[in-house]
Amino acid sequence: MNFIIQFVNSLTSGGGAYQFLNHILNGISLGSVYAIIALGYTMVYGIAKMLNFAHGDVIMVGAYVCFYTFGALRLPGPLAPLLAVCAAAAVCTLLGVTIEKLAYKPLRSAPSLAVLITAIGVSYFLQNAALLLWSSSPKVFPNFFVLRTVDASGETAVLRSIQFGSLSISFVTIVTIVSCIVIMLALTWFTGRTKMGKAMRACSEDKAAAQLMGIDVNATISLTFAIGSGLAAIAGALLCSAYPNLVPTTGSMPGIKAFTAAVFGGIGSIPGAFLGGLLLGVLEIFAKAYISVQLSDAVVFAVLIIVLLVKPTGLLGRTIREKV
Amino acid sequence: MSKEPVLKAENLNVYYGSIHAIKGVSFEVYEGEIVTLIGANGAGKSTTLNTVSGILRSRTGSVTFLGENLRRVPCHKIVARGLALVPEGRRIFLQMTVEENLEMGAFTQSPAGIAQDLEQVYALFPRLRERRKQIGGTLSGGEQQMLAMGRALMSHPKLLMLDEPSMGLAPILVEQIFQIIRNLHGAGSTILLVEQNAQAALSIANRGYVLETGKVVTTGAGQELLASPEIKKAYLGG
Repeated sequence: MNFIIQFVNSLTSGGGAYQFLNHILNGISLGSVYAIIALGYTMVYGIAKMLNFAHGDVIMVGAYVCFYTFGALRLPGPLAPLLAVCAAAAVCTLLGVTIEKLAYKPLRSAPSLAVLITAIGVSYFLQNAALLLWSSSPKVFPNFFVLRTVDASGETAVLRSIQFGSLSISFVTIVTIVSCIVIMLALTWFTGRTKMGKAMRACSEDKAAAQLMGIDVNATISLTFAIGSGLAAIAGALLCSAYPNLVPTTGSMPGIKAFTAAVFGGIGSIPGAFLGGLLLGVLEIFAKAYISVQLSDAVVFAVLIIVLLVKPTGLLGRTIREKV
Repeated sequence: MSKEPVLKAENLNVYYGSIHAIKGVSFEVYEGEIVTLIGANGAGKSTTLNTVSGILRSRTGSVTFLGENLRRVPCHKIVARGLALVPEGRRIFLQMTVEENLEMGAFTQSPAGIAQDLEQVYALFPRLRERRKQIGGTLSGGEQQMLAMGRALMSHPKLLMLDEPSMGLAPILVEQIFQIIRNLHGAGSTILLVEQNAQAALSIANRGYVLETGKVVTTGAGQELLASPEIKKAYLGG
């Protein structure tokens, strides 16, 4: 019962409200990263009806590409991080499409278990390739989101956050949340308003019928992998900016959490991935802050189990009608 | 009737694994005709249409459409050639709106003409205009059939293939659907119609082919088949 007392204390003591707000912001920020990753899971699942367990490791590859490009580019200002993220997104987009072509496409009509095992295989392949290429020693990811100011005496000050009274919000948090909102709006526009986006929805509903409309189903699946993997690269850069320890297994835990978020929100649903990611992030941070750091994952998964018991299709999931 | 058929299927043999579903089926459709394939459940009617549209591939035999052999043409490129299939069970996109479904039908068309084509489909099916912002899954069976037909028409087909358009519909709706087919034919469309409702299909068809366990057993003019005693006995309920 310790944590309840702690929780009540922290709310009632001075600064508790600020702390609470801070936790919410951190939760939304972490949740935004989960949401961006979950979008990749959910879009691929929606169209290819497969769980791409290698998705988490694409995040890791993205983070490494970002790390090395940033190191190689000696440019001032915000140009270097921007280029680094673009390079990471380009590499991951290509990587995602290649993985789909080589590993998953030949199994298009195979049993789903074969595809699942292949995805796990691709995941290990990426982790081990990263181990070979970049070694197991952790890299310290640079914090992109800083403001350098020079005061009158010529001293350089590095600013990592803005202060609102005793509430401090880091730039990483702000950029992460804004990125997630922008990505969500862009995807909503893409799937709802553009021809290719609508074709994607048509394919995820009925591939044979989509073909009869003249839609190239294989190209559409490739496009989905491209978008999902590009987003994974962005998520990797954001994740490592907030938690700067980069190793070849960096992607696996966030990958599993984001997959959980996608199921939580209703797999196959884009708004579901968004909602699931945010809730999962907030839950995790709250569990860490008010219950126990060690137990936080257990708490998060316990909530997931309860939600799925009550609503097996996830929060925004649709019941799938069996076709006769 | 022009000399060259719009569609010519020659000696098609289609297998589902080891099951020989279509055994040497040949037929032709000429411009301006309604041709019907009739037969009992499992005779191979839908398999034949799916093979023509490229969803299934024949092991041997050929499909020639407007003089082009379709063997090497992938399914998604066939509709752009002018061959549209309204599949069995309608297969509309249940989670997309009526208008989005129609837009998908026009996937291969240039965007400039879509607004006008939509108007034409809405003129043909006024119910679809009323429901154009509605999700496909909320439509009734008859409306879904209209949507599936409208969607196919959006691709400006030179040959429209209909697979069991009357399936699962109330008699009054069946009549309505057949009236629409007759109107399309009157407006110059070439139609290949697969039906279990042989009576209705033969009465509007120029010619018909009777399929039995994967083979064409009889062929002739619609009225002729309608009057034939064997056909009457086997497919028209005496």
